[in-house]
Order: sequence, then structure tokens, then C-alpha cells
Amino acid sequence: MFRAPFSGIGLLLIASLATSPIRSEELKDLYFGEALYYAHQGYYFEALERLDAEVSQHAGLDEPELDSFYHHMVDAEFSLGDFELRYRMHHRAGRAITAVLEGAVDEVVRNDAAYRLARIHFQKGQLEDALLALERIDGKIPESIRDDIEFLRANVYLAQEKPAESFEVLKRLQGSDSFGGFAAYNLGIAYLQDGQRQAAVEQLDRAGQIETDDPADLAIRDKANLVLGTILLEDGAHERAMPYLNRVRLDGPFSNQALLSAGWASLSAERYDRAVVPWSILAEREVTDGATQEAMLALPYAYGKLDKHGRAAIYYGRALDAFGAEVDKLNESIESIREGRFLEALIREEIRKDKDWVIRLRGLPETPETYYLMELLATHDFQTGLQNYLDLADLRKKLVSWEASFDSFDDMVAIRHEHYEPLLPDVDGKFRELDSRLRLRREQHRMLVKRRDDLLTTPRPEFLATREEQAILARVAHIEAQLEDVSTSPEAELVRRTQRLKGLLTWTLETEYHERLTQFDENLRKLDEAMVVVQAQYDEFVRARQAATHSFEGYETPISRLRGRVSAAIQKVDLLMKRQGRQLEIVAIDELMARRGRLEGYRDKARFALADSYDRATQAQARSDVQ
Amino acid sequence: MSRLIRTLMLLLLAGGPFATSMAQDISGNETRSLDGQVQEIKSDVLGIASELSNLEERLLYPSNTQVAVFVAIEEDDDFRLDAVKIEIDGELATHHIYSYKELEALQKGGVQRIYTGNVPTGDHQLNVTMIGKLKNGSEFNKTDQFSFAKGVEPKALGITLAGPGLGKTGIHVGDW
Repeated sequence: MFRAPFSGIGLLLIASLATSPIRSEELKDLYFGEALYYAHQGYYFEALERLDAEVSQHAGLDEPELDSFYHHMVDAEFSLGDFELRYRMHHRAGRAITAVLEGAVDEVVRNDAAYRLARIHFQKGQLEDALLALERIDGKIPESIRDDIEFLRANVYLAQEKPAESFEVLKRLQGSDSFGGFAAYNLGIAYLQDGQRQAAVEQLDRAGQIETDDPADLAIRDKANLVLGTILLEDGAHERAMPYLNRVRLDGPFSNQALLSAGWASLSAERYDRAVVPWSILAEREVTDGATQEAMLALPYAYGKLDKHGRAAIYYGRALDAFGAEVDKLNESIESIREGRFLEALIREEIRKDKDWVIRLRGLPETPETYYLMELLATHDFQTGLQNYLDLADLRKKLVSWEASFDSFDDMVAIRHEHYEPLLPDVDGKFRELDSRLRLRREQHRMLVKRRDDLLTTPRPEFLATREEQAILARVAHIEAQLEDVSTSPEAELVRRTQRLKGLLTWTLETEYHERLTQFDENLRKLDEAMVVVQAQYDEFVRARQAATHSFEGYETPISRLRGRVSAAIQKVDLLMKRQGRQLEIVAIDELMARRGRLEGYRDKARFALADSYDRATQAQARSDVQ
Repeated sequence: MSRLIRTLMLLLLAGGPFATSMAQDISGNETRSLDGQVQEIKSDVLGIASELSNLEERLLYPSNTQVAVFVAIEEDDDFRLDAVKIEIDGELATHHIYSYKELEALQKGGVQRIYTGNVPTGDHQLNVTMIGKLKNGSEFNKTDQFSFAKGVEPKALGITLAGPGLGKTGIHVGDW
């Protein structure tokens, strides 16, 4: 009896998980923003792919603090865990969040991480670990998760069957905007679990009167009233149960069960005329609902008790027809699931685009089974299995599209290869020629620079002589050498003339030295600029040449490796989809068979009761005729 | 998502204390083992995706020609962005019409990579057109031209769009 509320608690936790991914207030890195863009749309695979790449790239940097991503590193690690959690990769999410917890991070961030880790442990049923993670929360707690933490703590205690520990926590949450209604209900359940029946009744009474217009709070209020009515019904307090059952809204999700219980409460109090009222309403509702089916049988029973056997016979007849039709529908549904149509419907793209796609499944004419599977579809384990199946279907779609792109890559590489290969030998030949010329010029430039630098420290005017002057100087030197062996006077005159000529040249070189050096320097600077341009063109050519080679070389191995990985992954995904799908089908078929078994039982009862009602109606008619 | 969860929650609550829970039936070793294997394959496929992205980038957008354009928006309740058009050197690079979901993601601080392509090194012109609606229902349309220099490194251009109400230039392009 008390296991059921935990299913509610489990889902309440999922509701609390649905917070938005972190918003980075001051975005400094576009790629981190890109990951957030996908995450905000619920595309966690893409978000993880981008963020993973950024984090690994950042980790490989020599000076990471110079990278714009550095400012988001803590956020990014946190977001990785967050996205992994949302993408149902709990193993990795736990590791990522633990890494944040163990890093040197701000108190607020650490507390947020501890809370997220606790949620993961709770989801995995690791209750002790969940509590340990919660105990790590200390100091400043972000306002946005303050109530979430306490609500989780209470849920862990309840799941550990330590209701008394949860009392104080739940009492503190009574005024919470987001959890007030749920905390009120859970406190009632905690009292019940602790054996404090009277306190539970009082608390559920309070939870059943909460003023709200929020649909979720309205639903929990209905549930509190329904549970309270049912407790009193079990205690035999039929009259006391009625007001609580009547508090349940007629258009809420618990109305069918409340109407059914209200009928039973009246019947138990032998108020058959009052039992007819809720059951009449309920019997006209959706026939696939379990409560409606029970009411279809209970209503004629109440009429029988009122000695209205004719009317009872009519309702039994209706029930018999309806049950027969539903059994047929269930048989078709079981067959449909066995033929794989259920799984086909689940992965239909146009259905999944709708936020309420699980609900919309009911509207698909080709999947009648979904009428009977709504409760099953809502259970946490089925949802996990279903989500895994859907995720696998998405992965398969991605892998198949990637597989197709490898052929295009191959074509692209081949076309580039065909284009460049005949051109490159000629280009390379010309490049080699150009390269040797450029090397020579570079060497000449280097020598000129060196000469200029030398001249600045040790002036050598003859180095700046023009070509003509250099020729004259060489000629003078030659004449001087010839005159060295001669001692006659006419030759002495020649020596003087030669010295005069040399002196004239030296005079010119010495007096014009600074002017010439300045001119030399200016010319060299212009040459520097030209060399920079030439070097840039050279570099660009080298890059273009490398790019040409890189555009078709070195792809064979990675493409082939990726092709193999993708193909292996498709096989694995297919296998897993088959196993996961089979598991979902088995569970769905089991559920439908259980419902069919129950309906067949109802049909047998209806058949017997119909005959009995006819007999009684005939006897009553006969008695009336005699009288 | 929250609506779905809420709907599911209501459904589950409807199952309440009276429902026969199937949870126990499908839990157990098989479920746990399957769940673990699904998580493993997700991890594998993420690894493949990352390697594939690197390969695609090398093959299709080498760094010496790569240019990527990103779009972010300023928070502005008075303006709703409908579409963005990007032209590079007078050629249409991309044109994007925003869905509600995409717009919401931008409003929450996400940044969209709207275009990745190739341009040679040197100076280029970027034309950005934003089309949207003001709160009063009137159309808002603005085009701005920017120039950027492409070097040998990959070029990332971040465009920030703002409605006229914020008193800033509507389109701002930053170098990243």
C-alpha cells in the first residue's frame, strides 16, 4: 500500500530536474556559447560534442589562461556533467560532477555540484551516497536550488524508509512556492509510513485544501484527498471518507478513481441509490480506463441491490458488449505490438516533435495499444527504457547519415588528387628554381646588412665607392705595383701623378662618405621592405603548396578508421535497439495481457450477472403479473 | 520538456496508490545492463562525432581559409528576431529563419554558428541583415556592412544583434 507514493516521489524528483541549463552571464567564448545554444534547445548530444571538443582542445594548450575558453572552464566542466545527466549518461555525469566537487571551485558552484551529484545517486537508487553528497553542501547555497535540496533530502529519507527523519525537512518546505503542495502531501505519506495514522489524516486533510491554481498542485491536492478518502474507506469509516472523495475535481486526473471509490463508499454504507450517482458518471467515461470498466460492472450491481433488475440487465448487457469489444481491441493491440508497430509509432518523427508526444500517441489510429499503456508509459523504468530506445534510434539515424558521407569524402579527396597531381611536378620544378634564386638574394641581403652594420662601427669609405671609382682604384693599384720596381726620375713623376690621382679619389670617398652611407642605408631599408614582401609571398606560396597536398593526402587512414567505427557502432546500436525494443514490447504485452485477463474476468462476471438479472427481472415481472 | 514531465507526472500520480506498478517487472539486471550499454554506445558515438568533426574541418574548412560566423542577441523584450542574412563579398553566405526554440535558445545566452565557409586570406566585406518585428507589430529591418581581414588562422566573427529599443547599434561584429 505504501510503496505507491514513492512512484509519485520519484517523478516529483524528475520534475525538479527540469531546470534550465546554466546561463553564462558574460560570454567570452563563442564555442562555449554554441554548446549552450544546442543545450537550450534540448540537443544534448550536439551540446556535448561541441563542449567535449572545446574542453579537450583547451586542456592541450601551453598557456590556457590566454584562451577565451579559460573564463568558462569551471562552468564548462559543470555543464558537461549537466548535459550528460540530461542525455541520460549518468556514469559520465557522475564523474564530471565529482571532478568539479574536487576542484578548487567557488562555494556556490561546489554546493550546486553536490546537489546534482546527490540527484544522480538518488536516481540510481544509491541512497546512502545521495545523503553523503547532500552532506557535502555547506556554506552559501544558490537560492534557486535551496528548496530543491531540502525536497531531495526528504525524498531520500522516505526512500530509505526513515519517515521520521523527513518530518522536519518537509515541515520547513510547507511554504515553498515550488514544492509546497508536494511537501504537504509527502509529509502526510511520511506520517502514514511512520504509523502515525491520525497525524497522516490531519496532514492529508491540510494538503487536500491547499489554495492553488497551478495544475500540478491541483493534481497533488486531488491525490491527497483521494488517498485520505481511501484510508478512511479501508478503516470502514465510509461516511467520513465521502467528503474527501467529493473534494476531488471531476475533471482532474484522479476523478475516475475518486468516483469509483465514492461509489464503493456509498455501497459499503448500503446507500445504493447514492452509489449509482458517481458510477453512472464514471460508466460513461473512456472505456479503456480501469476504473470505468469496474464502474460498468458495479453500476448494474447497485441497480440490482435497488431491485431494479431490468435496468441492471441493460447495463450488464452494455458492459458485456463493451468488454467484448475491448478484449478484441486488446487482442489486436497485442498482435500489433508483436508485429513491431508499437515501436514504429514510438520513433515517428512527427509525433516526437510535439512536447506532449506520449499523450498524442493515443491519437494514432494504428496504435490502439497505447490506450491501455498510458500508465505504463508514465512509469519511471518504462520511461528510461523508452528514452534509451529513442536515443538509440536517434544515434542510428546520425550514424547512417555519417556512413553515407564517407563516400562523398572519398570522392572529394579523389577529385582533388586528380586535379593537383598533374600540376604539382611543374609547380614544384618552378618553385625549386625560385627557391634557389630567393636563397641567393636572401644571402646577398644578409651580407649587405652586415656590411652596413660594420660600416657604422668601422668606417671603410672604399666600400662605398661606385663601380667606376672601384675600377679606377683597381687601375691605380695596378700602376702602383708596376712602378714599384722602377728608380728613374721620369717614373718618379709617374708615381707622384699616380699618388695625386689616388689622393683625389680618396678625397672624394672620404668627403662623400657620410652622404653615401646614408644613401646606402636608405636603399637597404627599401630592400628590407621588398624582402618582407617577397618573404610573405614565398610563405603564402609554401602554405598554398602544403594546402594542396593536405587537401588530398593523409585522409585514407582516418576515413577508413572512422568508417569501421561507424559501421561497428551501427551494428551495436541495432543489437541494443533490438534488445531494448524487445524488452519494451514484452512489458507492454504483459501489461495488455494482464488488462485482457481482468477484462475477461469482468466479462464472465457480467455474463453470469446478466443471466441472473434477467431471471430476477422475469421473476419480478411474474410476481407483478400475479398480483 | 517541462510540460511533458508535468503531463507524465500527472499521469503517474493518476496511477497513484492504486496502480499496479510495472516498474518492478522491467527493472532488474537486464534493464541495468542495457542502460549501461546504451550509455557506453552514447559515449562511443560522441567520440566518433568528435573525430568526424575534426576530419570534416580539415577536409572542408582548412584553417588558412576557414571563416565561421556566429550570432548572439541582446536581451530585448521589445524586439523579436525573425531572420538573419549573411553575405560575404557580395555573395549570399547563408539565410536563416528562426524557430521559436532557436530564438529561445539565443535569448537564454546561446550562440548560433550560422555559417562556416572558406575565404582566401586578405580583406573581405561582410553584410549582415536582420529582420524582425517590434512589440507594436511593425516590421524591423536593418543591414550593416563590415570589413574583416582573414589571416592564416581560422577566422571567427561574432555578430551581436539588438533591437532598436536598446539605443545601441543594431548589429555589432566582434573579432574572436
